[in-house]
Amino acid sequence: MTQPVGWRLGVMTSLCVDHVQQSWQQCIVENVRLLDRVSSRKAALGTLYLTATHVIFVENASETRKETWVLHSQISSIEKQATTATGCPLLIRCKNFQVIHLIIPQERDCHDVYISLIRLARPVKYEELYCFSFNPKLDKEERERGWKLVDLNEEYNRMGIPNNYWQISDVNRDYGVCDSYPTEVYVPKSATAHIIVGSSKFRSRRRFPALSYYCKDNNTSICRSSQPLSGFSARCLEDEQMLQAIRKANPGSDFLYVVDTRPKLNAMANRAAGKGYENEDNYSNIKFQFIGIENIHVMRNSLQKMLEVCELKSPSMSDFLWGLENSGWLKHIKAIMDAGIFIAKVLIEKDWVSFGHKFNHRYGNLDGDPKEISPVIDQFIECVWQLMEQFPCAFEFNERFLIHVQHHIYSCQFGNFLCNSQKERRELKIQERTYSLWAHLWKNRADYLNPLYRSDHSQTQATLHPQIASCNFLYKFWSGMYNRFEKGMHPRQSVTDYLMAVKEETQQLEEELEVLGERLASLQKVQSNDNKVKSKQQDQNKELGRSTSNISLANTPQEYNSNLKSFPSRSPSQGDEEDSALILTQDNLKSSDPDLSANSDQESGVEDLSCRSPSNGGCLPSEDSGKDSDEAVFLAV
Amino acid sequence: MGAGAPGVLGPRPVAAPARREGGLGGRAVALQGFPLPRQPPRSSAGAAMEFAELIKTATVESVLLSGAGLPPVRGTLCITSHHLLLSSRPGGDGAPGSVELWLLIRNVDAVEKRVQNLGWYQPPRTNGSQRDTRLAGSSGTITLRCKDLKVLQLEIPGMEECLNVASSIEALSSVDSVMMLYPFFYRPPSLRLEAGWHLFPLERYYQQIAAQTSQWRLSSINRDFSACPTYPPAVIVPAAVDDEALRKAARFRQGGRFPVLSYYHRKNGTVMLRSSQPLTGPNRKRCREDELLLGTVLDEGERGFIIDTRSAQAAKQARMTGGGTEPKASYPRWKRLHRPLERGRPLQESFAKLVDACNDTALTMDRWLSRLESCRWLSHVKAALSTACLAAQCLDREEACVLVHGAEGTDTTLLVTALAQLILDPGCRTLAGFQGLLEREWIEAGHPFHLRCARSAYSHARLKQEAPLFLLFLDCVWQLSRQFPFSLEFGEQLLLTLFDNAYASSYGTFLGNNEKERCLCKVKESTHSLWAWLNEPGEKKKYLNPLYSHNALVIWPSVEPQSIQLWQGLFFRWIRSSEYLDEAWAEIQRLVENDDTSVEESAGNRQSQAPSDTAAQTENKR
Repeated sequence: MTQPVGWRLGVMTSLCVDHVQQSWQQCIVENVRLLDRVSSRKAALGTLYLTATHVIFVENASETRKETWVLHSQISSIEKQATTATGCPLLIRCKNFQVIHLIIPQERDCHDVYISLIRLARPVKYEELYCFSFNPKLDKEERERGWKLVDLNEEYNRMGIPNNYWQISDVNRDYGVCDSYPTEVYVPKSATAHIIVGSSKFRSRRRFPALSYYCKDNNTSICRSSQPLSGFSARCLEDEQMLQAIRKANPGSDFLYVVDTRPKLNAMANRAAGKGYENEDNYSNIKFQFIGIENIHVMRNSLQKMLEVCELKSPSMSDFLWGLENSGWLKHIKAIMDAGIFIAKVLIEKDWVSFGHKFNHRYGNLDGDPKEISPVIDQFIECVWQLMEQFPCAFEFNERFLIHVQHHIYSCQFGNFLCNSQKERRELKIQERTYSLWAHLWKNRADYLNPLYRSDHSQTQATLHPQIASCNFLYKFWSGMYNRFEKGMHPRQSVTDYLMAVKEETQQLEEELEVLGERLASLQKVQSNDNKVKSKQQDQNKELGRSTSNISLANTPQEYNSNLKSFPSRSPSQGDEEDSALILTQDNLKSSDPDLSANSDQESGVEDLSCRSPSNGGCLPSEDSGKDSDEAVFLAV
Repeated sequence: MGAGAPGVLGPRPVAAPARREGGLGGRAVALQGFPLPRQPPRSSAGAAMEFAELIKTATVESVLLSGAGLPPVRGTLCITSHHLLLSSRPGGDGAPGSVELWLLIRNVDAVEKRVQNLGWYQPPRTNGSQRDTRLAGSSGTITLRCKDLKVLQLEIPGMEECLNVASSIEALSSVDSVMMLYPFFYRPPSLRLEAGWHLFPLERYYQQIAAQTSQWRLSSINRDFSACPTYPPAVIVPAAVDDEALRKAARFRQGGRFPVLSYYHRKNGTVMLRSSQPLTGPNRKRCREDELLLGTVLDEGERGFIIDTRSAQAAKQARMTGGGTEPKASYPRWKRLHRPLERGRPLQESFAKLVDACNDTALTMDRWLSRLESCRWLSHVKAALSTACLAAQCLDREEACVLVHGAEGTDTTLLVTALAQLILDPGCRTLAGFQGLLEREWIEAGHPFHLRCARSAYSHARLKQEAPLFLLFLDCVWQLSRQFPFSLEFGEQLLLTLFDNAYASSYGTFLGNNEKERCLCKVKESTHSLWAWLNEPGEKKKYLNPLYSHNALVIWPSVEPQSIQLWQGLFFRWIRSSEYLDEAWAEIQRLVENDDTSVEESAGNRQSQAPSDTAAQTENKR
């Protein structure tokens, strides 16, 4: 599946040609400029290619020929701006928060690209998605194994289910009761098929209460369902019995908490539509609680607003904080955190995929109603990150894992996150026709481990108790995600990578020591040069670990003098004319010192040792559009 | 081994359980490190007498101490000349109680008292004796807000005692005379008085420059502080300018702070100078010597940058009050850049507002960010870092000399020059190098610590000269350490300790406003140096960054708002528990040390078994 990094261009061109015959007019535009999002002065001249799966920009600069690859499925919006003297600007915003700002010389070319991309970014059929053509060259067996990596029944077994209180029900075997639930559903033993079916009829989209998480330490459980169709007064005996059965399956508790994740107002408004919430009077021993998590429309707008803040060109601290606050994003994150009882090992597969989260609708992989799109999983992933920040030792995975999962939710490279329910996924034969992300991530798991995680650590042992009450400051802006492609903004040295390298080295040294000991035992005094070489390499490893993120952008000073140009007008008393001659711009630096751009890595806080990129060679989302454009291997078909 | 309050505390409080200062847990320095109060030496018996007058009530029984984070403790409160002590009830047979609080009174920023008559709260007198009710009848609560930002509460039985304690603390904490401060009485047995005072002589710094170029000389023009009362006795100046010219240039600069060398950039021989504003005045006065001084810094055809830390408008307005800035006509080869940095009262208010917001538990998430924004503290951090980066960029990229000044040249000027050096010079990023930088660019350079750090964020006292410039500097250093986690040899703990000591200390390092004052007060002869204590092997370990590895390159930080974070370790030190983060650090330490030891072990193993190969091996490892 991993192809050498060097082949890209040749294959790519032939791919283009392939697709010309299929459905696509070949699209190559020359003399396109790619603008840098942080520094407006930096723009790269190059050629733009459209293939069936990617938008590719290749820089002209002969020594680097830097490539930027963007999957069509990652594109969230395309904006054509008014033509200027320099050309026609095209803004491509991606779901993984990359923003590509192109300037295309000819208005007509720009329009063609625009129209093509609109069509390419929103395929109408599932079959057009990348995962159906993506082939990492695994045999059938490997593919099947990949899909079996996460076995839900095993997950429930881990929780100690089935047991005396809970069992698997096959009531949904042909998706007969609820088409957005999986075939196997865990319910209380005392809930008969009659009760389940009855209850499902009283629930929106027939999503009856089913087990989500079971805590075997104290026999408590979390169930989930949709809203009841209660309207203003309707009741359903079976539904009441269902909740009763759930309560009895939690022998330790006298009450059942019903948590409604909507603001109360929204829930009340829903009553007019025949939906609503459980009436405490009709259900015995329940306690009702609203938690004001806003609906998907509010969330979508909030994310949109926050991303606009991220896009601001050299904002002041105030612009940024105001914008962040006005977006309300962190407020929503906090609301979700307040609501959630999160478990250390967070299982995305179980909670999100099997239980009919509307992946297709929410992530807009196919052309559909834009109002159905919502960033709920982004919020979930961010919540996990916020927890990781508070409990650095509690999670086995690291930030990179979250970012890559988020990337692949939208990349459509793997079949996991396609469609809206298990039913749809089965109908499309996803497991036979696409590959599983988990297998891919598992293969590269070394890159996703948190070096601070120890299974015997106290933070991993017990439930986490996040500091929720009035600790607003704990919720931070996640620039690692939302400004993921603005490398210059991130810490220049990665503690995680360094510690991983350290761990690896320690292990290697120990192994080496063992080998040496054995050899010494047999050959008392022979020394071979081989060892020297080995240890040298390891030593380099350690150095490399320290200097992971060296991208040219990170290695040059920023425009600390962004308002330099406006300076002369600010000193009217002087009336200086020559100010303009002294500009500390990047362009000036480059022209005055041709070596500078090439050397710039040396001028940074991070040394220019060829980077130990953890994502080298795998088909991982590209974070680094530097020398090795990882995005390229996406096409390693 | 004298205890501050004989009769209350017998033995050294070191024996106390690992309760931390302020009884608040968190990141306080463990009690062992804490200074022991000492009976004032004979010579200052007068001072002791004076303090005795200030102490209206020396001990109060049954005081309840509480503060966020830890359960309240009841004990005996005792006020000494310099400390506030609270020891929990002694055990039987006169066994000493444990010390729960050991607070330098100088650390108290604000005292709030609330007395209440609780008589009517009492349940009907059914079985309570008359005496109990009377005791409970009146009491008071004193809230101590400390300069290190922690907040303590003392519940004191008896209204009169409460008022006495409060006024005693108020009086003792506002003693203004430098020589009455605790460092003059503090005599830890493990340190020598003279240790640490002459670790970083300017002469040595000059030698390093002299080894590279002969264009600079060490002038002792200020030997008697006559040229500039806020400069140290020795300064580095262009070799071509004689002392007489310096003296004239000094008269043209506010407070006599003529341009002196602050940093020599070895890579390309450019220099950073600092000074105060020129006294141009409304009549656009000129000074030939000052122009000459700056002129000789530049070689033929070279140009330099003047970074003025005021806005162009403010610099222009300063002419009305006799100040001003270098006019282009008189300094044709110098190009002025204006980078307004906040100072003075607005900065102090920003600090106070931020601390207020951090302590406001009623604040909700949707208000937090706008509160944070309205404090403007992070904007100041961003501005300071950007300006320092600009200075560094001029030196390193433009290969041009830089002169930095604002108005007085003792505040934002030093902020910029010190930060720029940290960014450019790997030597400043070691523990010793950083201490040297502080000594050279803050203490000797005449930042008025005594005035600026007299009060912290809580004080209701009328602000005079207070401004948290040094804290702003420490915050910027923290931002650098976050962005370059391997490049600074010291960690957050050092920055916190420096903050604490700048505002209230047992050591003399931050006393006074300049070298002249320190000389007059004989600070170096009669107090201990903070550096001596920090560099003790046991102590030093706490301040080192386990991830440090020498980085010879310039560290260019990002100054985007997304990259600037609130320094939680300082502003939330006493508010949130850092337990999980501390655990993570311990784990990092364990990993790194484990690695080192395994390297050593394996190297050592080879050494014992294969002597011929070891040299190469160890060389590779290091």
